[in-house]
Amino acid sequence: MLNDLKQYLREDKLKHILCSGCGHGTIMNALVHAIEKCQLDRDNTVIVSGIGCSSRIPGYLNFNTLHTTHGRALAFATGIKLADPQLKVIVITGDGDGSAIGGNHLIHACRRNIDITTIVFNNNIYGMTNGQYSPMTPVGSYASTAPYGNIDRSFDLCKLATGSGATFVARGTAYHVTMLTDLIVKGIANDGFSVVEAMSHCPTYYGRKNKLKSPVIMMEMLKKSALPLTAFEKLPAEKTEGKYAIGVLHHEPAPEYTKEYDRVIEIAQKGAN
Amino acid sequence: MIEKKTRLLQGNEACVEGALAAGVTFFAGYPITPSTEIAELLSLYLPRIGGKFIQMEDEIAGMAATIGGSLAGHKAMTATSGPGFSLKQENLGFAIMAEVPCVIVNVMRGGPSTGLPTATAQGDVMQARWGTHGDHPIIALAPYSVPDTFYTTIKAFNLAEKYSTPVVILLDEVIGHMREKIEVPDHVDGIIDRKSPEKSPEDYLPYEAGPDQAPVLAKFGSGYRYHVTGLTHDFTGFPTTDPKQVKYLMDRLNNKIEMHKDDIIEAEELELDDAEIMVVAYGSVSRSAANAIRSAREAGIKVGLLRLKTIWPFAEKHLKKYADQVKAVIVAEQNQGQIVYEVERLIGCQAPVYAENRYDGELMKPEQILNRIKEVYRNA
Repeated sequence: MLNDLKQYLREDKLKHILCSGCGHGTIMNALVHAIEKCQLDRDNTVIVSGIGCSSRIPGYLNFNTLHTTHGRALAFATGIKLADPQLKVIVITGDGDGSAIGGNHLIHACRRNIDITTIVFNNNIYGMTNGQYSPMTPVGSYASTAPYGNIDRSFDLCKLATGSGATFVARGTAYHVTMLTDLIVKGIANDGFSVVEAMSHCPTYYGRKNKLKSPVIMMEMLKKSALPLTAFEKLPAEKTEGKYAIGVLHHEPAPEYTKEYDRVIEIAQKGAN
Repeated sequence: MIEKKTRLLQGNEACVEGALAAGVTFFAGYPITPSTEIAELLSLYLPRIGGKFIQMEDEIAGMAATIGGSLAGHKAMTATSGPGFSLKQENLGFAIMAEVPCVIVNVMRGGPSTGLPTATAQGDVMQARWGTHGDHPIIALAPYSVPDTFYTTIKAFNLAEKYSTPVVILLDEVIGHMREKIEVPDHVDGIIDRKSPEKSPEDYLPYEAGPDQAPVLAKFGSGYRYHVTGLTHDFTGFPTTDPKQVKYLMDRLNNKIEMHKDDIIEAEELELDDAEIMVVAYGSVSRSAANAIRSAREAGIKVGLLRLKTIWPFAEKHLKKYADQVKAVIVAEQNQGQIVYEVERLIGCQAPVYAENRYDGELMKPEQILNRIKEVYRNA
């Protein structure tokens, strides 16, 4: 198994830049396992990212990889997928990259339902730039730009993706690794735009700013906060604070964008003759 | 014999015809006046040839998707105007750094900000040069007529593919929207297509440039797995901070354009052989200037025109050829004076350089340039 997985890594580029205790490596592990399960062909798979801690991960993966500008991974990926629909396209982004500077691209990629699987590594903070608050930082948390506590309300990224038209939306965590792998597999299998929000943890900045003294404590938080969808739905409203649902949250197939464009080509070519 | 069809086209339409002749198969953009006809026509034509058109959610995404389409192996382009050109700058820099071939058309309107969306201007020539951050080379071309727009667009694609770099076309609004007679050939020779790597995937190094300093980027999905980043990288494509590698990349990016200046730069020299006054102009203004020098010649003034067709890299050689011969230089531009400083820097110590400008949204007319020629002639 391990040897099978090694083919997906650029071993000469490791060790990675992620801090010890960071949840991102675990999510990368889940992604690699999911790719193995889906038997994705390395030559025909493109992994695209923006800017930030999670966005450095494609460099370690042995595929066609593209590390773009801040927030724009989905726009680059849309160009690639439309240009060559045979390619499997996976986007790696973070909470800042994907929901702040790249938020517009996210909702429009959802709306188009283009066959791209997006993994949002959500560690609730801008890690690369030393811990500023992001649109996913909970109200009341501390960040290097929220020294008095964050007053910005955060997104529910999965609701945002669902509302914007993504046909597969799921949430997992760096604690529930097997489940996360399974969610990514389902996301890749969905013929359309898939969003998998992967809850991560940043001990270096979020943990330090918020008195969460160790990565272990942060992982226990992931364990306590995340509830399977069915259990979460049974909770009375007053008990949902600080909790979130994990699992497949939305799956509703719809026509896929590049296949729709093929129809456009067909119509245009008929008209021309 | 090559068949030609005589047509009456707008500059924007000729740009589309040129792009199709050059082999464009991918367009991503965002609606903006006065460039929209380019997107509209490509949305009609591209699917007919199996190409792809997409209207993105914003200008930034239009540039990003264009780069994505190119990495997937297509000849790719986008079109915009001033405000959109501003928004595209970061990803334009990415295309320069990652050396992704693509064409960006900027149909120039009055600025700054929203400015004059439907009026002509040449205010973006310096933005084309330095709009994206950091040191970088750029190729920017400026056609002066509808037929010239057709051939300039073909040239833009050829240069982009040859040197693996983005190429900017600066079209004056009035060139984009003016209708003129054009002979559109059925076939154009000399179309340059992207090279494929000669080495096997095992030995392939994406940013190991050949003697021409340009890399050969394999298209995604062709069996060559490599890494593309906007971070400073070595010849493997992976990030580096090694000062030697950093300097090597910066120098190579620059040399790639510098060493091919003679291939890239085009300028027309009109009546300059015996000229005592040289007018320098580009785009629509060069038409008024051509008219003005004819009138001035009739009045006995020895004046010629240097029409810049390539704005960047700058036509230094063409300019310097006449630096000692002429008594004065007039740089006529539809802005508050941008290229004039480049001319002054290069030959200002050999001949006085005067700026003649108009920036109220109206065309610069031949009389304005003629009057200036007469005034400069009297005082020379």
